[in-house]
Amino acid sequence: MRVGGIRITLTAIIGTLIILACVGGAILAPWVAPHDPNLPMGGRWDPPSPEHWLGLDQIGRDMFSRILYGGRISIGLAMLATILAFVVGVVTGLAAAIFGGWIDMLFSRVADVVLSIPNLMWALIILSGFGTGATIIVLTIGSLYSVYVFRVARSVAMNVVVLEYVEAARLRGEGLMWVILREILPNALPPLAAEFGLRFCFAFLFVAALSFLGLGVQPPDADWGSMVKESALAIPAGIAAPLYPAAAIALLTIGVNMVVDWLLSMYSRPQGENA
Amino acid sequence: MLKLLGQRLVLGILTLILVSALIFAVTEWLPGDIATNILGQQATPENVAAIRAELGLDRPPYERYVEWLRGAVDGDFGTSLANKRPVADVIGPRLWNTLFLAAYAALIAVPLSVFLGILAAIYRNSIYDRLVNISTLAAISMPEFFIGYILILFLAVQFRWFPAIATFKPEQTFTQHLYATFLPMLTLVLVVIAHMMRMTRTSVLTVMASPYIEMALLKGLSKARIVVRHALPNAMAPIINVIALNLAYLIVGVVVVEAVFTYNGLGRLMVDAVSKRDVPVVQACGLIFAVVFIGLNLIADVLSILSNPRLRHPR
Amino acid sequence: MAQVRPKAEGQILDVRNLRIEAVTETGQRVTLIDDISFTLNAGEVLGLIGESGAGKSTIGLSTLAYARTGCQITGGQIMLHGSDLRGLSVRGRQSLRGVKVAYIAQSAAAAFNPAHTIFDQVAEVALKHGLMNRAQVRMDAIRLFRELDLPNPDVFGKRYPHQVSGGQLQRAMAAMAMIAKPDLLVFDEPTTALDVTTQVEVLASFKKLIREHRTAALYITHDLAVVAQIADRIMVLRGGKMVEQGTATQILQQPGMDYTRMLVAERVAAEQSRFVEDHAAGDRPVLEVKNVVAAYRGTVNVIDDVSIDVRRGDTLAIVGESGSGKSTLARVIVGLLPRRQGDVLFDAASLKPRLQDRSKEQLRRIQMIYQMPDVALNPRQTLLDIIGRPVQFYFGKRRAEVRVRVEELLQQIDLPPDYIKRRPHELSGGQKQRVCIARALAAEPDIIICDEITSALDPLVADEILRLLRRIQDDTGVAFLFITHDLGTVRRIANKVAVMLKGKMVANGPTEQVFSPPFHPYTELLLSSVPEMRPDWLDEVLSRRRKAG
Repeated sequence: MRVGGIRITLTAIIGTLIILACVGGAILAPWVAPHDPNLPMGGRWDPPSPEHWLGLDQIGRDMFSRILYGGRISIGLAMLATILAFVVGVVTGLAAAIFGGWIDMLFSRVADVVLSIPNLMWALIILSGFGTGATIIVLTIGSLYSVYVFRVARSVAMNVVVLEYVEAARLRGEGLMWVILREILPNALPPLAAEFGLRFCFAFLFVAALSFLGLGVQPPDADWGSMVKESALAIPAGIAAPLYPAAAIALLTIGVNMVVDWLLSMYSRPQGENA
Repeated sequence: MLKLLGQRLVLGILTLILVSALIFAVTEWLPGDIATNILGQQATPENVAAIRAELGLDRPPYERYVEWLRGAVDGDFGTSLANKRPVADVIGPRLWNTLFLAAYAALIAVPLSVFLGILAAIYRNSIYDRLVNISTLAAISMPEFFIGYILILFLAVQFRWFPAIATFKPEQTFTQHLYATFLPMLTLVLVVIAHMMRMTRTSVLTVMASPYIEMALLKGLSKARIVVRHALPNAMAPIINVIALNLAYLIVGVVVVEAVFTYNGLGRLMVDAVSKRDVPVVQACGLIFAVVFIGLNLIADVLSILSNPRLRHPR
Repeated sequence: MAQVRPKAEGQILDVRNLRIEAVTETGQRVTLIDDISFTLNAGEVLGLIGESGAGKSTIGLSTLAYARTGCQITGGQIMLHGSDLRGLSVRGRQSLRGVKVAYIAQSAAAAFNPAHTIFDQVAEVALKHGLMNRAQVRMDAIRLFRELDLPNPDVFGKRYPHQVSGGQLQRAMAAMAMIAKPDLLVFDEPTTALDVTTQVEVLASFKKLIREHRTAALYITHDLAVVAQIADRIMVLRGGKMVEQGTATQILQQPGMDYTRMLVAERVAAEQSRFVEDHAAGDRPVLEVKNVVAAYRGTVNVIDDVSIDVRRGDTLAIVGESGSGKSTLARVIVGLLPRRQGDVLFDAASLKPRLQDRSKEQLRRIQMIYQMPDVALNPRQTLLDIIGRPVQFYFGKRRAEVRVRVEELLQQIDLPPDYIKRRPHELSGGQKQRVCIARALAAEPDIIICDEITSALDPLVADEILRLLRRIQDDTGVAFLFITHDLGTVRRIANKVAVMLKGKMVANGPTEQVFSPPFHPYTELLLSSVPEMRPDWLDEVLSRRRKAG
């Protein structure tokens, strides 16, 4: 199927629908949630019923409403971290690609050192120094992931910078901003958009992992990761309900990945044959 | 080539020193008055003074860093703030447990996924290849703890094949150890295998697209010979890097998986220490993970240099 | 010497009504090869000639029962010794390839596996197919290395591909193809990637090999002069269809079809057209380069003490082989690479070494056109944006005025005005290069630097570009600095020429003077290495060189 010259695949449609459902549910939680997420209204682990679509949790709260509200925190924190990573990463990456020299050297070496150990390690080390909480998590993940975005932005921009149309603009005497905004960015946008989706997935899983380890959002707030942690003890007893929030995490990640795959396939395919 | 190897070694050591400095700075220096931070609401003047004395906070940070690093080289990481025992004693058995689990998972995941990845490259676009693609998507989308709990739900609760909680005592036999840690191992394998397969497949396919592979085809060589003799020697370096990269996923996975299976490893120790803000333990764990990780990358670097014919046979 | 199979006599290959199709990304079927028929006898060489996209390689590969990914042989027969290759099983194809039919690719550097020695790769076919034992293969390989004039034939094979030069590797590939004594060799543009002076030697080795072994060959090339040296018969292809087929002399001297006549005429013009008169219209130089020295990093000078001057209406060609520093000179002049010593004067005023320090007016008056029009045009902009930007940038014109000017420029480069809304990917290679020319003209420059602007184009398209440039020069009096490795281009467009070798300038002056005796020795070597269409050219050159020692 084609819309306005762009090929739309089934994967792209399903992915977009999943994202819309998850994000929409989270944003509209106060209006669409059937119950108060913090109010016990029945027995422990009551099974799903018409009244409670996903049943009740370990202290009898409505699971579905809790997932809707939890999504606000999970998606929100991951989004903020991704945006932070992009602002820092794209600016430094473009600067390194365009100016080169010692700026590039410095940024690249810092990136090398940060990437030399897994970022969960860094996160644990930072949290032990600065304590836990939503703000520190966003700052930590955002700054750690800015290094990855830096690398992608730098290499994408490097590939564009060496092309002769950029050289032609420089030879013409164009200013730096014009070269960046008109010649480099439009051609670097598709891979950066794909990277944004991918980064969001990783940030989202990262937030979930930290919360699951008890280092993320602290009660009474609950995101999807900490919801699993709080009720995980029921799983060895044979109760699957604690895994609903984990399934929500997987669902949204799959949705975003589907859209990212589609974006990447658009980027690698030439836009059209020669006339 | 020796020069290049020497350079890598020096670079590795330099990176390690920078990382250790960063670990120290982030835990003890940047947060400001950590004695108050650590104690939180229990910060009475006496308590604060005790912690300050314990960590030697009255001395300048670089002096403390040098002393800490020197101690670490000798295996002395100071004393835990939480239980006042030497950090090295706390870490010792835990480290062994984690290494056991990671090695167990790596020994199964690495050969299996490299083999399956090469197969996917050879039979690209087949049903098997699609399956690889879908399972990769699933694996990168599921949090590690989700995979772990699903395994518990089915293999431990439903079928009662394996224990849900991975504890074992030193006096048990090696096979009992393997059995007790089967589910955490399987979780780790599932976490890394899809990545490793997909990346192996990509690097083999990149090599398979080279003109010299077409040339080999036009020389009438069999597919098996083309893959084994013409593609693999050139795909070695990228595959080695794929393995090193995925061992990182494995290290990260260990932290979460240990929490899922309440396994007494270094990862769980570190998470506990972070929530108790037991700084010396965190520093020690961080440094150990850094050494392992930088060491792995160094080995991968050296191996891929050694497998490069241009470097092995200079002009 | 182990004789594996008796040498075949009579007709070897008979291709009838060959049809090859490809499936595009969007699922459409495209015909690549349409109804091609030819035969080949033992010891005979058939040249396949055509521009890019003519299907030459596709035909060549089909004789190895091979079609690249996405392509499929869908019709006709490929009869080798009377049996059809299309019916072969996987095993049958394996025992055909390398044994009965062998392939020699354009780039040996890419076709040799970097992980194994040259001997191991040369010997592989014979060993794998069980044709000889290792000792026999070693002897045969050494004999082939010797026949191909490779240095130290006894130990040459012990080296790795990256340890020998491009010309040597190209010949080693011929040894690899010959090791199993195939009945048919397929040469696929085997000298195109080489410098002209290397090309002569490699071509001579190939010719000797084919002649002595009486092996039938398909020789694929876009260069009529090369095919003239080596082929008995020639087939001309265009867009996957045959234009005509005949003996070499017939095709080259009395071509029957218009297309062939155009190809031949273009080549004749490159060889024989009269030198451009040294008309030197202007009295004082527009551009003067004085004793310039430049280097990228480190101490090795890529350009060493080079001086040139260009007057109004001049076309100065800078010629040299790869690595001669000719493109670097262009980068120094425009200020992308700051010079280390010497001076560059524009309109009698010294230009700052760095681009950033030059005035907008200076930048406007020197424009540049590149080799690859694909990467010289921003894929996300329309022709209006691309050509209009210099108009707006240098002359501050308003939108409506810009549009009028762009339409004018499109007319000047023979593109219809409605192309103004198109983007680069909707244009052909030649059209893209025209757009680059229009963008340069939009700045109304005094001099345009053309860096190999015709070398990525097919000869007929390149010819049109050259005509366009001459017309523009007649109309506007703009000067060209024309960087090229192709002496035929120089002859047709340049009134002056400077010859460069390893960063130094070895000759400089009016084209007629530099290209007539007495020559500088390197100029003579270059000139004598350019293939000519006379069939006896190669033998003449070789005997002349042998005499000269």
